Amino acid sequence: MSLTKSVLEGNRLALARLLSQVENDSPEGRSALAELFQHTGQAQLIGITGAPGTGKSSLVNQLALHYRKSTDKKIAIVAVDPSSPFTGGAVLGDRVRMRDLAGDNGIFIRSMATRGSLGGIAQKTASLVQVFDAAGYEIILIETVGAGQSEVDVARLAHTTLVVEAPGMGDEIQAIKAGILEIADVLVINKADRPGVENTERALRSTLELAHPTKRVFRHHGKDMSVAASGDDPSMWIPPIHKTVATEGRGIPELADSIAKHAAHLRQSGDWRARDRARLESEVEALLRETLMDRFLEGARKEKYDEMIEQVLSRNISPHEAVKSLLDGKQV
Amino acid sequence: MTEKKIRVLVAKPGLDGHDRGAKVVARALRDAGMEVIYTGLRQTPEMIAEAALQEDVDVVGLSILSGAHMALAPRILELLKNNGQDQVKVFIGGIIPDEDMPRLREMGITGIYGPGASTEDIIKDVREAVQE
Repeated sequence: MSLTKSVLEGNRLALARLLSQVENDSPEGRSALAELFQHTGQAQLIGITGAPGTGKSSLVNQLALHYRKSTDKKIAIVAVDPSSPFTGGAVLGDRVRMRDLAGDNGIFIRSMATRGSLGGIAQKTASLVQVFDAAGYEIILIETVGAGQSEVDVARLAHTTLVVEAPGMGDEIQAIKAGILEIADVLVINKADRPGVENTERALRSTLELAHPTKRVFRHHGKDMSVAASGDDPSMWIPPIHKTVATEGRGIPELADSIAKHAAHLRQSGDWRARDRARLESEVEALLRETLMDRFLEGARKEKYDEMIEQVLSRNISPHEAVKSLLDGKQV
Repeated sequence: MTEKKIRVLVAKPGLDGHDRGAKVVARALRDAGMEVIYTGLRQTPEMIAEAALQEDVDVVGLSILSGAHMALAPRILELLKNNGQDQVKVFIGGIIPDEDMPRLREMGITGIYGPGASTEDIIKDVREAVQE
């Protein structure tokens, strides 16, 4: 029986092996992804990001427990940790906080190393999520590496993105910097039993008030579209702030409730489809870029390419001129 | 195409709480370019086999300092086999009396390391075992 068929029938070993093949970008993995693609698009994707040590893994653990108790949906967790830039090795430790999930066949946890990717998730995370989606996992929790300010790729992948903060991690200026806070659909202040939680909440709330309600402009179908803003516009999603203590499970049902509300909001406003579109478009774009590059370097052009790099290195020509020359004098 | 990474599960079965050795080995394997999934303390054989399956690892490294290796090792090997993961190589580090070693090897344990074992040897053995 083929691997994809076993995966669709719920064979966990086949699923684990296919995930490896997809992660390694093997020819078998690629053709399996192509076969499975028609079965994707069913799952709800929830991203969890935030600074190291804010309790993302513990929160994922509690959310998964909550969903298993309140629904009969199958849950997949993709937990990403960084690869060493020097050796390529990694210690993936997110499972340490997910002990409670052992022994439940409705949960599948997969750890992933970033393998050189810098956006907070790995290059193949989206593909792994597709495999889980096709295999019938209805809720997929994607935990990023401990992210700072610009690791925002998860927002492109997930339907709902949680940004996890903890008391004492930064002041108001941190909160108004661009980047990670802007991608939050739901804000979580974890470790809310710690001192300083009021300050963290106040800083986040004032940031939100600065940002909302304002006119929001975003790229949609290649055009700038704007969403009119007024405080009572129901089409406008204002990220709620939740306080949780993940180690004790406090605040988790309320958080899950907000995630559900956000999902309903996305479906109602049409943003669910818009997000799917944006995600698949960027996937096609990335593949196209990769393929064009491979095709370009085929045959003798690789030699010319290396020669051009040498020329650039010795400062004889600029990178722009090199590209122009590589494309036979065509304008860049 | 990305090269195939060696994936190793480092697990600490049983009830003793000493995980320094497991962490040292995990770090050494990382520095050797492997992807190490670390599970933390007090894992049951069932939890270890389940993690090995979900993570599709090539190698399982067990750290056992409690003296319960003759009970834990065969159980974990059996569960791996039941899951269809016969090809996974199992290594043990910890306090293992000399007289137990032949029996553990017979059961199918690939490598056994006591106090003072060098991480270089472990890395070399893991690489060789995976290449087989």
